[in-house]
Amino acid sequence: MTLTTTTTDLLLEATGVSKTYGAVVALKSASLAVRPGEVHALMGANGAGKSTLVKILTGAVRPDAGRIVVRGRERTVHSPADARHGGIVSVYQEPALIPDLDIRSNLRLTETPLEPFRRWLGELGIKDLDLSSMARRVPLASLRIIDLARALAIEPDVLMLDEMTAALPANLTERVLEVIARQRGGDSSVIFISHRMIEIGAVCDRATVLREGETVGVVDVTQGSEERIVELMLGQLAERPPGRTPEASVRAARRAAVPRLTARGLSSGTRLHDASFELYPGEVLGVVALEGQGQDELFDILAGSERPSGGDLLVDGTAVSFRHPADAIRAGLVYVPADRAEALLMQRSVRENIALPFTAPLGRWGLLNLASERRKVDGAVATLQIDARAGREVRRLSGGNQQKVTIARWVAGGVRTMLCFDPTRGIDIGTKNQIYVLLRDLAEAGAAVLLYTSELKEVQLACDRAIVIFGGRVVAETDVADADEASLLRAAYNLRADAPMPELVAAEAVSTGPPAAVGGSQATAVEPDQPEAGA
Amino acid sequence: MSATTVRVEAARPLEILASWARKNAWTLGLLGILVLLLVFTRLIQPRYGVAGIQGLATSVLPLALAAVAQAVVVISGGIDLSVGSMMALTSVVSASLMDGQSNEFGVAVVLGVLVLGAVLGAINGSLVVLTRVPDIVVTLAMSFVWAGCALLVLPTPGGGSVKWLKDLVIGPLGNEWIPKALIALVLIVVLIWIPVRRSRLGLSIYAIGSNQLAAFRSGVPVGRTKRVAYMLTGLFSAVAGLSLTASTGIGTPVPGPYTLMSVAAVVLGGVSLAGGRGGVFGPIVAVVLIQLMRTDMTFLNLNTNLATVAQGIILIGVVMIGTLIQIRRSRV
Repeated sequence: MTLTTTTTDLLLEATGVSKTYGAVVALKSASLAVRPGEVHALMGANGAGKSTLVKILTGAVRPDAGRIVVRGRERTVHSPADARHGGIVSVYQEPALIPDLDIRSNLRLTETPLEPFRRWLGELGIKDLDLSSMARRVPLASLRIIDLARALAIEPDVLMLDEMTAALPANLTERVLEVIARQRGGDSSVIFISHRMIEIGAVCDRATVLREGETVGVVDVTQGSEERIVELMLGQLAERPPGRTPEASVRAARRAAVPRLTARGLSSGTRLHDASFELYPGEVLGVVALEGQGQDELFDILAGSERPSGGDLLVDGTAVSFRHPADAIRAGLVYVPADRAEALLMQRSVRENIALPFTAPLGRWGLLNLASERRKVDGAVATLQIDARAGREVRRLSGGNQQKVTIARWVAGGVRTMLCFDPTRGIDIGTKNQIYVLLRDLAEAGAAVLLYTSELKEVQLACDRAIVIFGGRVVAETDVADADEASLLRAAYNLRADAPMPELVAAEAVSTGPPAAVGGSQATAVEPDQPEAGA
Repeated sequence: MSATTVRVEAARPLEILASWARKNAWTLGLLGILVLLLVFTRLIQPRYGVAGIQGLATSVLPLALAAVAQAVVVISGGIDLSVGSMMALTSVVSASLMDGQSNEFGVAVVLGVLVLGAVLGAINGSLVVLTRVPDIVVTLAMSFVWAGCALLVLPTPGGGSVKWLKDLVIGPLGNEWIPKALIALVLIVVLIWIPVRRSRLGLSIYAIGSNQLAAFRSGVPVGRTKRVAYMLTGLFSAVAGLSLTASTGIGTPVPGPYTLMSVAAVVLGGVSLAGGRGGVFGPIVAVVLIQLMRTDMTFLNLNTNLATVAQGIILIGVVMIGTLIQIRRSRV
């Protein structure tokens, strides 16, 4: 391929890329222009379409429309193999190594030359690696580095790093950022996706911001450009919905009461470190977090489907330990997942689905009290205004009605503590509002509701208080009266002077490397000795 | 981050041997049990000798090839319940074509039947990949189709085999202790499997069985690899069918117990049904083990029905112990 690259030529250009999944529009009209020799950040709040765009660029998903031009040549990318061939290689948070093959075979699989691989591995800080060890037995952090070295070794035109540094120990993050920064000014480029603004500021030249499936701006990354990026991600700030400041009496009561749920230093794996918060009866507590900050693990622990590796959980002031979701349900903690398929028996009726969790209390495997069951189910269907015309099979209901069924099954039994994990994902606006009202009503009636939401708006619509999780711990807590979208998003990106730096968090988590190294990392990372790319 | 392990650039041969043994621990363990069982057989039946070994090898050959066929597709993360039917079909096709024909024509038939096997497997694989119907359903359905075809070709057992094919698997080679069937088995597997295992294709088969998403992201053509895996299974099934014709001298249109036995042997042979782990030698040893166990039970004058029950229990027991060992190891 002959290439006459001048500095203004683009290495990769995507225009008008769109993708819909059924009725859901993932990308409306996204564009991305990457210059040779730059590190380009791809930014956007949850659901803005980042991951869809990445999947399209790497060939994992085919776009409905749009052009992708690499080095002046239009390309249709059918598969990751195609993309790799065309010079686009990506590294994900989950390393794409085959667990049952040794490292050498993994390299052979992607036809990676061995010498450059070793060199890059050395630069990334792994000196001794037994190439014949099974990928399954190599620690996850090292696998991520190996995956990156493997990508670098074939010298791709465009290297795409999707949340590569998330949950990576501090010293490795530092090395990775150094290596990325060194890519600037060369012939190839890096597309960098990270939730950490510090990293964006340290290594990126420009940032493309996506919002609701559209490219809304391209920003030169300089001092203070974080604010501009956050603004773009938020877009036109909606008129602030009428704040529902909880009445003083409720607040006082809340403070006085024993918390329904107390989490003290909960941790799990590499994602959740030392998360602490309290949930009081009579309130809806919002949980705000970017993707993959440990909220999934937190909810799994609270719902009893995973055991924490550390920390305490108290229900009504008594320490509990759940071995099974049934234990959590017995303690009054019920879980509403975002994915209805995780909760419902899709081929069964609305009635059966609602009656499912309390079959045991009703009959103890003896006789089911059908009349009482019917009363409860009918009551729940009425309360939630479930359109049960297609009630014989739940899968025929709309997404919104399905979600109402998952909530109804708990409401029918009487709710003490409800854990909602993004319950309004992919639901029409009318049903969303009904769910907000329902959650409010539950709280008024004395229940405690924990609501993780990927839509910041919902915090003001449904919550009394909100906590922000970043890097596996609670970094901020705010009353809803003081929480507008911008401040929440800023908090979610940990853009606060007094919040612990992500590197510090990660360093503590793995307890390797003295804190001094962290300071060093920032010094090197922010070092402005790299020439402005393309200038 | 702690550096993982030392480099084995200039490792001593002993270390290489040790790491090889660790990787093949399961197969070596089975071999150990096999030796013990042979000693045991000799103890309970002192007359067990050359004839016994020869008989064992001949009876093991078709089953071992069926197990190899099954192992390939299971490693790729699939399963093929039509192995037995494909064996029956290829066996009757070869037997009816070769009946009373010259040796030269026999060569052409053998080659043709091998191609037929690969085609049958490719059809299975394509259906699995294209229709996205679960592999267990597709191959179960196809097992009826292939079994029906076999009966259409030859309604009753019959046909014949050319002499050289029979000579290939029956009797000893050189030393009376070395059965030809064993040599044939080793040669077939070495000639087909080793080149595959060493190539990019083999890696891809292990890769899609181990983690399909990671394989896809690494640029492995998942669909094509799956199809080729099924094709290899068809090819090995055809070899197994030919070995049936060769060892019995006729073609039998009714599929024997080979499909389920092949699955059992694969599991016992250390291949994970979830895919990605194991090889073809473990299942072969497992087949010999199963067969010898049966012989011993006859020697012990056990009720044959009881022997079948015992076989099942032993299978579960061995696999359970294996799983326990694996769990133990992964905790370390």
